[in-house]
Amino acid sequence: MKKLINNPLKCADELLEGLVEAYNGECRHVGTRSIVKNNIPEGKVSLLIGGGSGHEPIYHGLVGRNLADGAACGDIFAAPPPNIVLEATEAVNRGKGVLYLYGNYAGDVLNFDIGAELASDDDIEVRTVLIWDDVCSAPPTQKHNRRGIAGLVPIVKLVGAASQKLGTLAELEAVAKKAVLQTRSVGVSMSPGSIPATGKPTFNIDEDKIGLGMGIHGEPGVGEIPMATADDLTVMMLDLIFDDYEKDDEVAALASGDEILLVVNSLGATTMMELLIALRKAKAVLTERGIKTYDVLIGDFVTCQEMSGISFSITRLDDELKQYWDMPCQSVCYSKMEGHYGG
Amino acid sequence: MAKASLSVNEVRDMMLAAADRIIESEPILTDADRALGDGDHGVGMERGMNAVKEALAGKDFPSAGKVFVAVGTAMMSSMGGASGAIFGILFRSGGKAMGDATEFTAAGLASLLREGTDQVMTKGAKPGDKTMVDALFPAAEKAAEVSGEPITDALGAVAAAAAAGRDASENMIATMGRAKTLGENSLGKPDAGAVSVAIILAAMSDFAAGL
Repeated sequence: MKKLINNPLKCADELLEGLVEAYNGECRHVGTRSIVKNNIPEGKVSLLIGGGSGHEPIYHGLVGRNLADGAACGDIFAAPPPNIVLEATEAVNRGKGVLYLYGNYAGDVLNFDIGAELASDDDIEVRTVLIWDDVCSAPPTQKHNRRGIAGLVPIVKLVGAASQKLGTLAELEAVAKKAVLQTRSVGVSMSPGSIPATGKPTFNIDEDKIGLGMGIHGEPGVGEIPMATADDLTVMMLDLIFDDYEKDDEVAALASGDEILLVVNSLGATTMMELLIALRKAKAVLTERGIKTYDVLIGDFVTCQEMSGISFSITRLDDELKQYWDMPCQSVCYSKMEGHYGG
Repeated sequence: MAKASLSVNEVRDMMLAAADRIIESEPILTDADRALGDGDHGVGMERGMNAVKEALAGKDFPSAGKVFVAVGTAMMSSMGGASGAIFGILFRSGGKAMGDATEFTAAGLASLLREGTDQVMTKGAKPGDKTMVDALFPAAEKAAEVSGEPITDALGAVAAAAAAGRDASENMIATMGRAKTLGENSLGKPDAGAVSVAIILAAMSDFAAGL
Protein backbone atom coordinates (compact mmCIF):
# COMPACT_ATOMS: atom_id res chain seq x y z
CA MET A 1 0.00 0.00 0.00
CA LYS A 2 1.47 3.35 -1.04
CA LYS A 3 0.54 5.68 1.77
CA LEU A 4 1.45 9.36 1.90
CA ILE A 5 2.45 9.66 5.54
CA ASN A 6 5.51 10.41 7.68
CA ASN A 7 5.73 8.53 10.97
CA PRO A 8 2.99 5.85 10.95
CA LEU A 9 2.46 6.34 14.69
CA LYS A 10 2.00 10.11 14.34
CA CYS A 11 -0.80 10.10 11.77
CA ALA A 12 -3.55 11.23 14.14
CA ASP A 13 -1.50 14.14 15.48
CA GLU A 14 -0.26 15.25 12.09
CA LEU A 15 -3.67 15.10 10.41
CA LEU A 16 -5.06 17.24 13.20
CA GLU A 17 -2.35 19.84 12.64
CA GLY A 18 -3.37 19.86 8.99
CA LEU A 19 -7.05 20.13 9.89
CA VAL A 20 -6.39 23.23 11.96
CA GLU A 21 -4.68 24.74 8.90
CA ALA A 22 -7.66 23.79 6.74
CA TYR A 23 -9.87 25.71 9.19
CA ASN A 24 -7.63 28.72 8.66
CA GLY A 25 -8.33 30.37 11.99
CA GLU A 26 -11.90 29.13 12.53
CA CYS A 27 -10.74 26.42 14.98
CA ARG A 28 -7.68 25.77 17.08
CA HIS A 29 -5.82 22.83 18.51
CA VAL A 30 -6.27 22.41 22.27
CA GLY A 31 -4.36 20.19 24.69
CA THR A 32 -3.28 16.72 23.65
CA ARG A 33 -5.65 16.15 20.75
CA SER A 34 -8.75 18.30 20.72
CA ILE A 35 -10.03 20.75 18.15
CA VAL A 36 -12.14 23.67 19.35
CA LYS A 37 -13.96 26.47 17.59
CA ASN A 38 -12.70 29.97 18.25
CA ASN A 39 -15.10 32.59 19.59
CA ILE A 40 -17.71 30.35 21.21
CA PRO A 41 -20.04 32.93 22.83
CA GLU A 42 -20.53 33.05 26.61
CA GLY A 43 -23.78 31.47 27.77
CA LYS A 44 -24.03 29.09 24.80
CA VAL A 45 -25.03 25.47 25.39
CA SER A 46 -22.00 23.65 24.00
CA LEU A 47 -21.88 20.70 21.64
CA LEU A 48 -18.93 18.31 21.85
CA ILE A 49 -18.45 15.49 19.39
CA GLY A 50 -15.58 13.09 18.87
CA GLY A 51 -14.24 9.65 18.28
CA GLY A 52 -11.32 7.87 16.70
CA SER A 53 -9.28 9.49 13.94
CA GLY A 54 -8.76 7.94 10.54
CA HIS A 55 -12.38 8.38 9.43
CA GLU A 56 -11.94 11.89 8.09
CA PRO A 57 -13.60 14.19 7.41
CA ILE A 58 -15.70 13.15 10.49
CA TYR A 59 -15.79 13.78 13.45
CA HIS A 60 -13.36 16.63 13.91
CA GLY A 61 -14.24 18.01 10.47
CA LEU A 62 -17.75 18.75 11.76
CA VAL A 63 -16.56 21.45 14.14
CA GLY A 64 -17.50 24.81 12.68
CA ARG A 65 -20.13 27.44 12.08
CA ASN A 66 -23.56 26.27 13.28
CA LEU A 67 -22.05 22.84 13.86
CA ALA A 68 -20.14 21.37 16.82
CA ASP A 69 -18.12 23.58 19.16
CA GLY A 70 -15.36 21.06 19.58
CA ALA A 71 -14.18 17.50 19.05
CA ALA A 72 -12.19 15.12 21.26
CA CYS A 73 -10.01 13.14 18.89
CA GLY A 74 -8.65 9.67 19.47
CA ASP A 75 -5.75 8.00 17.78
CA ILE A 76 -6.39 6.18 14.51
CA PHE A 77 -9.58 4.08 14.94
CA ALA A 78 -9.42 4.46 18.74
CA ALA A 79 -11.69 6.40 21.08
CA PRO A 80 -10.16 9.49 22.70
CA PRO A 81 -8.92 8.83 26.25
CA PRO A 82 -10.71 10.52 29.19
CA ASN A 83 -8.08 13.24 29.61
CA ILE A 84 -8.68 14.36 26.01
CA VAL A 85 -12.46 14.32 26.50
CA LEU A 86 -11.95 16.46 29.61
CA GLU A 87 -9.65 18.99 27.92
CA ALA A 88 -12.15 19.40 25.07
CA THR A 89 -15.06 19.72 27.52
CA GLU A 90 -13.31 22.44 29.48
CA ALA A 91 -12.41 24.30 26.28
CA VAL A 92 -15.96 24.36 24.85
CA ASN A 93 -17.86 24.96 28.11
CA ARG A 94 -19.44 28.41 28.41
CA GLY A 95 -21.35 27.81 31.62
CA LYS A 96 -24.54 26.28 30.18
CA GLY A 97 -23.37 22.69 30.07
CA VAL A 98 -22.00 20.45 27.35
CA LEU A 99 -23.85 17.90 25.23
CA TYR A 100 -21.73 14.91 24.20
CA LEU A 101 -22.90 13.54 20.85
CA TYR A 102 -20.97 10.63 19.37
CA GLY A 103 -21.22 7.17 17.85
CA ASN A 104 -22.19 4.22 20.02
CA TYR A 105 -18.97 2.20 20.36
CA ALA A 106 -17.86 0.51 23.58
CA GLY A 107 -14.55 2.40 23.63
CA ASP A 108 -16.11 5.79 23.05
CA VAL A 109 -18.78 5.24 25.69
CA LEU A 110 -16.24 4.11 28.32
CA ASN A 111 -13.87 7.01 27.70
CA PHE A 112 -16.49 9.76 27.27
CA ASP A 113 -18.25 8.53 30.45
CA ILE A 114 -15.03 8.78 32.47
CA GLY A 115 -14.44 12.19 30.86
CA ALA A 116 -17.95 13.27 31.93
CA GLU A 117 -17.22 12.16 35.50
CA LEU A 118 -14.01 14.21 35.52
CA ALA A 119 -15.93 17.20 34.09
CA SER A 120 -18.57 16.93 36.82
CA ASP A 121 -15.73 17.19 39.36
CA ASP A 122 -15.14 20.61 37.75
CA ASP A 123 -18.88 21.43 38.04
CA ILE A 124 -19.47 21.20 34.31
CA GLU A 125 -22.86 19.67 33.53
CA VAL A 126 -22.65 17.04 30.82
CA ARG A 127 -25.38 15.06 29.07
CA THR A 128 -24.80 12.37 26.49
CA VAL A 129 -26.74 11.35 23.41
CA LEU A 130 -25.41 8.36 21.51
CA ILE A 131 -25.72 7.97 17.76
CA TRP A 132 -26.87 4.47 16.72
CA ASP A 133 -28.12 4.57 13.16
CA ASP A 134 -26.64 1.34 11.73
CA VAL A 135 -29.66 -0.95 11.34
CA CYS A 136 -27.52 -4.01 10.48
CA SER A 137 -25.73 -4.01 13.83
CA ALA A 138 -28.74 -4.95 16.02
CA PRO A 139 -32.49 -5.57 15.61
CA PRO A 140 -35.01 -2.75 16.26
CA THR A 141 -35.75 -4.07 19.76
CA GLN A 142 -32.06 -3.63 20.65
CA LYS A 143 -31.36 -0.48 18.67
CA HIS A 144 -29.52 1.14 21.58
CA ASN A 145 -26.78 -1.46 20.93
CA ARG A 146 -26.28 -0.28 17.37
CA ARG A 147 -23.17 1.39 16.02
CA GLY A 148 -23.08 4.93 14.76
CA ILE A 149 -22.21 5.38 11.07
CA ALA A 150 -22.84 8.03 8.40
CA GLY A 151 -26.19 9.11 9.81
CA LEU A 152 -24.09 11.12 12.22
CA VAL A 153 -23.55 13.81 9.59
CA PRO A 154 -27.14 15.10 9.37
CA ILE A 155 -27.55 14.48 13.12
CA VAL A 156 -24.55 16.65 14.07
CA LYS A 157 -25.64 19.29 11.54
CA LEU A 158 -29.16 19.45 13.04
CA VAL A 159 -27.98 19.48 16.65
CA GLY A 160 -25.25 22.02 15.89
CA ALA A 161 -27.86 24.37 14.42
CA ALA A 162 -30.16 23.77 17.39
CA SER A 163 -27.31 24.59 19.78
CA GLN A 164 -27.30 28.12 18.35
CA LYS A 165 -30.97 28.59 19.14
CA LEU A 166 -31.73 26.68 22.35
CA GLY A 167 -31.01 28.02 25.81
CA THR A 168 -30.78 24.85 27.89
CA LEU A 169 -28.89 21.58 27.81
CA ALA A 170 -32.16 19.65 28.29
CA GLU A 171 -33.73 21.21 25.19
CA LEU A 172 -30.66 20.45 23.10
CA GLU A 173 -30.59 16.88 24.39
CA ALA A 174 -34.23 16.45 23.32
CA VAL A 175 -33.50 17.63 19.76
CA ALA A 176 -30.48 15.31 19.56
CA LYS A 177 -32.57 12.34 20.71
CA LYS A 178 -35.22 13.13 18.14
CA ALA A 179 -32.66 13.43 15.33
CA VAL A 180 -31.10 10.09 16.30
CA LEU A 181 -34.48 8.37 16.58
CA GLN A 182 -35.44 9.51 13.07
CA THR A 183 -32.17 8.42 11.43
CA ARG A 184 -31.36 5.00 9.94
CA SER A 185 -28.39 3.81 7.90
CA VAL A 186 -27.22 0.71 6.05
CA GLY A 187 -23.66 0.26 4.83
CA VAL A 188 -21.82 -2.28 2.71
CA SER A 189 -18.17 -2.85 1.98
CA MET A 190 -16.41 -4.33 -1.01
CA SER A 191 -12.79 -4.11 0.14
CA PRO A 192 -10.94 -3.19 3.34
CA GLY A 193 -9.11 -0.10 4.48
CA SER A 194 -5.72 -0.39 6.14
CA ILE A 195 -4.35 0.54 9.54
CA PRO A 196 -1.71 3.23 8.91
CA ALA A 197 0.49 2.03 11.80
CA THR A 198 0.69 -1.58 10.59
CA GLY A 199 -0.13 -1.31 6.89
CA LYS A 200 -2.41 -4.29 7.35
CA PRO A 201 -5.96 -4.48 5.98
CA THR A 202 -8.68 -4.19 8.61
CA PHE A 203 -10.38 -7.38 7.35
CA ASN A 204 -10.42 -9.83 4.45
CA ILE A 205 -13.21 -10.32 1.95
CA ASP A 206 -13.41 -12.29 -1.30
CA GLU A 207 -13.32 -10.36 -4.60
CA ASP A 208 -16.82 -11.48 -5.53
CA LYS A 209 -18.43 -10.74 -2.16
CA ILE A 210 -19.93 -7.71 -0.45
CA GLY A 211 -19.93 -7.34 3.33
CA LEU A 212 -23.44 -6.32 4.34
CA GLY A 213 -23.62 -4.21 7.47
CA MET A 214 -19.87 -3.67 7.59
CA GLY A 215 -18.85 -1.18 10.26
CA ILE A 216 -16.85 1.95 9.52
CA HIS A 217 -13.97 0.56 11.55
CA GLY A 218 -13.93 -2.39 9.18
CA GLU A 219 -15.60 -4.72 11.65
CA PRO A 220 -16.71 -7.73 9.63
CA GLY A 221 -20.32 -7.33 8.55
CA VAL A 222 -23.31 -9.31 9.67
CA GLY A 223 -23.20 -11.30 6.46
CA GLU A 224 -21.63 -11.62 3.05
CA ILE A 225 -23.65 -11.45 -0.14
CA PRO A 226 -22.56 -11.97 -3.75
CA MET A 227 -21.29 -8.89 -5.60
CA ALA A 228 -24.27 -7.10 -7.13
CA THR A 229 -25.08 -4.24 -9.49
CA ALA A 230 -25.48 -0.71 -8.14
CA ASP A 231 -29.23 -0.81 -8.75
CA ASP A 232 -29.81 -4.16 -7.06
CA LEU A 233 -27.65 -3.25 -4.09
CA THR A 234 -29.35 0.13 -3.69
CA VAL A 235 -32.80 -1.48 -3.62
CA MET A 236 -31.62 -4.07 -1.08
CA MET A 237 -30.06 -1.47 1.21
CA LEU A 238 -33.01 0.91 1.12
CA ASP A 239 -35.40 -1.98 1.78
CA LEU A 240 -33.47 -2.76 4.96
CA ILE A 241 -33.92 0.86 6.04
CA PHE A 242 -37.65 0.93 5.18
CA ASP A 243 -38.16 -2.38 7.00
CA ASP A 244 -36.47 -1.02 10.06
CA TYR A 245 -38.67 2.07 10.35
CA GLU A 246 -41.63 -0.25 9.90
CA LYS A 247 -40.59 -2.77 12.56
CA ASP A 248 -39.55 -0.20 15.16
CA ASP A 249 -42.41 0.56 17.54
CA GLU A 250 -40.89 3.89 18.54
CA VAL A 251 -41.14 5.47 15.08
CA ALA A 252 -43.74 5.53 12.32
CA ALA A 253 -43.08 3.69 9.09
CA LEU A 254 -41.71 5.88 6.31
CA ALA A 255 -44.81 6.95 4.44
CA SER A 256 -45.80 8.81 1.31
CA GLY A 257 -45.44 12.53 1.95
CA ASP A 258 -42.61 12.17 4.49
CA GLU A 259 -39.70 14.53 3.97
CA ILE A 260 -36.20 13.17 4.46
CA LEU A 261 -32.53 13.96 4.22
CA LEU A 262 -30.71 11.36 2.14
CA VAL A 263 -27.01 10.68 2.72
CA VAL A 264 -25.05 8.73 0.12
CA ASN A 265 -21.66 8.15 1.70
CA SER A 266 -18.44 6.67 0.34
CA LEU A 267 -16.28 4.76 2.81
CA GLY A 268 -13.18 6.12 1.11
CA ALA A 269 -12.32 4.41 -2.16
CA THR A 270 -15.76 4.25 -3.74
CA THR A 271 -15.91 7.00 -6.34
CA MET A 272 -18.38 9.84 -6.84
CA MET A 273 -19.32 8.14 -10.10
CA GLU A 274 -20.47 5.08 -8.18
CA LEU A 275 -22.27 7.18 -5.55
CA LEU A 276 -24.15 9.08 -8.25
CA ILE A 277 -25.19 5.87 -10.00
CA ALA A 278 -26.52 4.60 -6.66
CA LEU A 279 -28.24 7.91 -5.90
CA ARG A 280 -30.04 7.76 -9.24
CA LYS A 281 -31.63 4.46 -8.26
CA ALA A 282 -32.26 5.51 -4.66
CA LYS A 283 -34.13 8.57 -5.82
CA ALA A 284 -36.33 6.43 -8.10
CA VAL A 285 -37.13 4.07 -5.19
CA LEU A 286 -38.00 6.96 -2.88
CA THR A 287 -40.12 8.70 -5.50
CA GLU A 288 -42.05 5.51 -6.12
CA ARG A 289 -42.92 5.45 -2.41
CA GLY A 290 -43.89 9.11 -2.42
CA ILE A 291 -41.06 10.03 -0.05
CA LYS A 292 -39.69 13.53 -0.66
CA THR A 293 -35.95 14.18 -0.48
CA TYR A 294 -35.69 17.55 1.22
CA ASP A 295 -31.93 17.56 0.70
CA VAL A 296 -29.21 15.18 -0.51
CA LEU A 297 -25.75 14.83 1.04
CA ILE A 298 -23.40 12.96 -1.27
CA GLY A 299 -19.69 12.37 -0.90
CA ASP A 300 -17.11 10.87 1.42
CA PHE A 301 -18.08 11.96 4.92
CA VAL A 302 -17.47 8.88 7.06
CA THR A 303 -14.54 6.89 5.74
CA CYS A 304 -12.12 4.16 6.74
CA GLN A 305 -8.97 4.99 4.77
CA GLU A 306 -9.09 3.25 1.37
CA MET A 307 -12.01 0.99 2.29
CA SER A 308 -14.45 0.70 -0.58
CA GLY A 309 -18.11 0.67 0.20
CA ILE A 310 -21.17 2.80 0.38
CA SER A 311 -23.82 3.64 2.92
CA PHE A 312 -27.25 5.18 2.72
CA SER A 313 -28.69 7.15 5.60
CA ILE A 314 -32.16 8.62 5.95
CA THR A 315 -33.22 11.23 8.48
CA ARG A 316 -36.93 12.01 8.59
CA LEU A 317 -37.62 15.69 9.18
CA ASP A 318 -40.47 17.34 11.03
CA ASP A 319 -41.07 21.09 11.13
CA GLU A 320 -38.68 21.62 14.02
CA LEU A 321 -35.82 19.62 12.46
CA LYS A 322 -36.44 21.27 9.08
CA GLN A 323 -35.97 24.67 10.66
CA TYR A 324 -32.57 23.56 11.99
CA TRP A 325 -31.66 21.96 8.67
CA ASP A 326 -32.42 25.22 6.83
CA MET A 327 -29.77 27.11 8.80
CA PRO A 328 -26.49 27.50 6.93
CA CYS A 329 -23.37 25.76 8.22
CA GLN A 330 -19.70 25.64 7.35
CA SER A 331 -16.94 23.17 8.17
CA VAL A 332 -14.29 21.05 6.49
CA CYS A 333 -16.68 18.07 6.41
CA TYR A 334 -19.94 19.68 5.39
CA SER A 335 -21.09 23.14 4.37
CA LYS A 336 -24.38 24.42 3.05
CA MET A 337 -26.14 27.68 2.48
CA GLU A 338 -29.49 28.69 3.96
CA GLY A 339 -32.47 26.55 2.98
CA HIS A 340 -31.95 23.51 0.81
CA TYR A 341 -30.94 22.56 -2.73
CA GLY A 342 -33.82 23.19 -5.08
CA GLY A 343 -35.75 25.00 -2.36
CA MET B 1 13.92 -20.07 43.00
CA ALA B 2 10.78 -19.29 44.97
CA LYS B 3 10.68 -15.81 46.44
CA ALA B 4 8.16 -14.83 49.12
CA SER B 5 7.74 -11.29 47.81
CA LEU B 6 9.10 -8.66 45.45
CA SER B 7 10.41 -5.21 46.37
CA VAL B 8 8.85 -2.06 44.91
CA ASN B 9 11.73 -1.68 42.44
CA GLU B 10 11.37 -5.31 41.40
CA VAL B 11 7.67 -4.71 40.77
CA ARG B 12 8.56 -1.70 38.65
CA ASP B 13 11.09 -3.71 36.64
CA MET B 14 8.60 -6.57 36.31
CA MET B 15 6.05 -4.21 34.74
CA LEU B 16 8.74 -2.80 32.45
CA ALA B 17 9.40 -6.38 31.31
CA ALA B 18 5.66 -6.90 30.79
CA ALA B 19 5.59 -3.69 28.72
CA ASP B 20 8.42 -4.96 26.52
CA ARG B 21 6.68 -8.32 26.07
CA ILE B 22 3.48 -6.61 24.89
CA ILE B 23 5.43 -4.37 22.51
CA GLU B 24 7.12 -7.46 21.02
CA SER B 25 3.72 -9.14 20.74
CA GLU B 26 2.13 -6.35 18.70
CA PRO B 27 1.81 -8.50 15.53
CA ILE B 28 0.10 -11.32 17.50
CA LEU B 29 -2.36 -8.88 19.06
CA THR B 30 -3.02 -7.14 15.74
CA ASP B 31 -3.82 -10.47 14.09
CA ALA B 32 -6.06 -11.54 16.97
CA ASP B 33 -8.02 -8.30 16.76
CA ARG B 34 -8.23 -8.33 12.97
CA ALA B 35 -10.09 -11.62 13.19
CA LEU B 36 -12.81 -10.20 15.43
CA GLY B 37 -12.47 -6.45 15.73
CA ASP B 38 -10.93 -3.66 13.75
CA GLY B 39 -7.32 -4.71 14.14
CA ASP B 40 -6.16 -1.80 16.28
CA HIS B 41 -5.66 -3.60 19.59
CA GLY B 42 -1.98 -4.40 18.99
CA VAL B 43 -1.09 -0.86 18.04
CA GLY B 44 -3.08 0.50 20.98
CA MET B 45 -1.39 -1.83 23.46
CA GLU B 46 2.01 -0.95 22.00
CA ARG B 47 1.24 2.74 22.45
CA GLY B 48 0.01 2.14 26.00
CA MET B 49 3.07 0.13 26.96
CA ASN B 50 5.42 2.74 25.54
CA ALA B 51 3.68 5.22 27.83
CA VAL B 52 4.06 2.74 30.72
CA LYS B 53 7.80 2.54 30.08
CA GLU B 54 8.03 6.31 30.12
CA ALA B 55 6.07 6.48 33.38
CA LEU B 56 8.09 3.77 35.17
CA ALA B 57 11.67 3.75 33.88
CA GLY B 58 14.12 5.08 36.45
CA LYS B 59 11.32 6.26 38.79
CA ASP B 60 10.94 5.48 42.48
CA PHE B 61 7.54 4.57 43.89
CA PRO B 62 6.41 4.63 47.54
CA SER B 63 4.54 1.32 47.30
CA ALA B 64 3.96 -1.65 45.02
CA GLY B 65 0.36 -0.55 44.53
CA LYS B 66 1.49 2.85 43.23
CA VAL B 67 3.46 1.12 40.46
CA PHE B 68 0.27 -0.51 39.21
CA VAL B 69 -1.67 2.76 39.53
CA ALA B 70 1.00 4.42 37.38
CA VAL B 71 0.69 1.61 34.82
CA GLY B 72 -3.09 2.15 34.67
CA THR B 73 -2.85 5.92 34.38
CA ALA B 74 -0.29 5.67 31.58
CA MET B 75 -2.43 3.18 29.65
CA MET B 76 -5.68 5.08 30.15
CA SER B 77 -4.30 8.44 29.06
CA SER B 78 -2.31 7.20 26.07
CA MET B 79 -4.31 4.42 24.45
CA GLY B 80 -7.89 5.53 24.09
CA GLY B 81 -10.32 2.96 22.80
CA ALA B 82 -12.14 0.47 25.01
CA SER B 83 -8.86 -1.21 25.93
CA GLY B 84 -7.30 2.00 27.28
CA ALA B 85 -10.21 2.70 29.60
CA ILE B 86 -10.52 -0.93 30.72
CA PHE B 87 -6.80 -1.52 31.35
CA GLY B 88 -6.74 1.85 33.13
CA ILE B 89 -9.61 0.80 35.40
CA LEU B 90 -8.00 -2.62 36.01
CA PHE B 91 -4.59 -1.39 37.13
CA ARG B 92 -5.68 1.85 38.81
CA SER B 93 -8.41 0.31 40.97
CA GLY B 94 -6.38 -2.86 41.59
CA GLY B 95 -3.28 -0.88 42.54
CA LYS B 96 -5.28 1.29 44.96
CA ALA B 97 -6.71 -1.85 46.60
CA MET B 98 -3.17 -2.98 47.46
CA GLY B 99 -2.78 -0.19 50.03
CA ASP B 100 0.65 1.05 51.11
CA ALA B 101 2.50 -2.28 51.18
CA THR B 102 6.11 -1.99 50.08
CA GLU B 103 6.41 -5.73 49.47
CA PHE B 104 4.50 -7.38 46.64
CA THR B 105 3.17 -10.66 47.98
CA ALA B 106 0.71 -13.26 46.69
CA ALA B 107 -1.91 -11.60 48.93
CA GLY B 108 -1.20 -8.28 47.20
CA LEU B 109 -1.55 -9.98 43.81
CA ALA B 110 -4.91 -11.36 44.93
CA SER B 111 -6.10 -7.86 45.96
CA LEU B 112 -4.87 -6.37 42.68
CA LEU B 113 -6.70 -8.89 40.54
CA ARG B 114 -9.87 -9.13 42.66
CA GLU B 115 -10.58 -5.41 42.85
CA GLY B 116 -9.34 -4.76 39.30
CA THR B 117 -11.52 -7.52 37.86
CA ASP B 118 -14.56 -6.44 39.89
CA GLN B 119 -14.23 -2.85 38.68
CA VAL B 120 -13.78 -3.92 35.05
CA MET B 121 -16.90 -6.07 35.37
CA THR B 122 -18.95 -3.07 36.55
CA LYS B 123 -18.61 -1.86 32.93
CA GLY B 124 -20.83 -4.73 31.86
CA ALA B 125 -18.66 -7.69 30.84
CA LYS B 126 -19.06 -10.97 32.69
CA PRO B 127 -17.24 -14.27 32.24
CA GLY B 128 -18.35 -15.94 29.02
CA ASP B 129 -18.86 -12.73 27.03
CA LYS B 130 -15.59 -13.27 25.14
CA THR B 131 -13.70 -10.28 26.54
CA MET B 132 -10.55 -9.81 28.62
CA VAL B 133 -12.67 -10.75 31.64
CA ASP B 134 -12.42 -14.35 30.45
CA ALA B 135 -8.69 -14.28 31.21
CA LEU B 136 -8.97 -11.93 34.22
CA PHE B 137 -11.72 -13.66 36.14
CA PRO B 138 -10.04 -17.10 36.38
CA ALA B 139 -6.74 -15.32 37.16
CA ALA B 140 -8.38 -13.48 40.08
CA GLU B 141 -9.99 -16.70 41.33
CA LYS B 142 -6.65 -18.52 41.18
CA ALA B 143 -4.88 -15.61 42.91
CA ALA B 144 -7.29 -15.88 45.85
CA GLU B 145 -6.58 -19.64 46.07
CA VAL B 146 -2.80 -19.22 46.15
CA SER B 147 -2.64 -16.01 48.21
CA GLY B 148 -0.53 -17.73 50.89
CA GLU B 149 2.13 -18.99 48.46
CA PRO B 150 5.43 -17.36 47.55
CA ILE B 151 4.85 -14.64 44.94
CA THR B 152 6.84 -16.49 42.27
CA ASP B 153 4.64 -19.59 42.63
CA ALA B 154 1.46 -17.53 42.79
CA LEU B 155 2.36 -15.61 39.61
CA GLY B 156 3.04 -18.89 37.80
CA ALA B 157 -0.34 -20.32 38.81
CA VAL B 158 -2.17 -17.10 37.95
CA ALA B 159 -0.48 -16.82 34.55
CA ALA B 160 -1.49 -20.41 33.77
CA ALA B 161 -5.10 -19.68 34.78
CA ALA B 162 -5.16 -16.59 32.53
CA ALA B 163 -3.75 -18.61 29.61
CA ALA B 164 -6.42 -21.27 30.11
CA GLY B 165 -9.05 -18.50 30.20
CA ARG B 166 -7.70 -17.05 26.98
CA ASP B 167 -7.92 -20.47 25.31
CA ALA B 168 -11.46 -20.96 26.61
CA SER B 169 -12.49 -17.63 25.03
CA GLU B 170 -12.00 -19.28 21.63
CA ASN B 171 -15.17 -21.27 22.20
CA MET B 172 -17.28 -18.29 23.25
CA ILE B 173 -19.66 -16.13 21.25
CA ALA B 174 -18.96 -12.43 21.62
CA THR B 175 -21.72 -10.40 23.25
CA MET B 176 -19.74 -7.27 24.15
CA GLY B 177 -17.55 -4.84 22.27
CA ARG B 178 -17.17 -4.54 18.54
CA ALA B 179 -17.11 -8.31 17.97
CA LYS B 180 -20.64 -8.68 19.34
CA THR B 181 -22.19 -8.05 15.92
CA LEU B 182 -20.40 -11.18 14.66
CA GLY B 183 -22.44 -13.55 16.80
CA GLU B 184 -21.48 -17.16 16.09
CA ASN B 185 -18.87 -16.03 13.57
CA SER B 186 -16.73 -15.07 16.56
CA LEU B 187 -16.29 -18.76 17.47
CA GLY B 188 -12.86 -20.36 17.10
CA LYS B 189 -10.72 -17.30 17.82
CA PRO B 190 -9.57 -15.95 21.20
CA ASP B 191 -10.48 -12.45 22.37
CA ALA B 192 -7.61 -10.03 21.77
CA GLY B 193 -8.00 -8.43 25.20
CA ALA B 194 -7.81 -11.85 26.85
CA VAL B 195 -4.65 -12.54 24.84
CA SER B 196 -3.13 -9.30 26.19
CA VAL B 197 -4.01 -10.15 29.80
CA ALA B 198 -2.43 -13.59 29.42
CA ILE B 199 0.74 -12.09 27.91
CA ILE B 200 1.10 -9.51 30.70
CA LEU B 201 0.67 -12.10 33.47
CA ALA B 202 3.04 -14.54 31.75
CA ALA B 203 5.69 -11.83 31.44
CA MET B 204 5.25 -10.89 35.11
CA SER B 205 5.62 -14.53 36.12
CA ASP B 206 8.68 -15.09 33.90
CA PHE B 207 10.37 -11.97 35.25
CA ALA B 208 9.77 -12.93 38.88
CA ALA B 209 10.96 -16.49 38.26
CA GLY B 210 14.21 -15.15 36.80
CA LEU B 211 15.10 -13.02 39.83
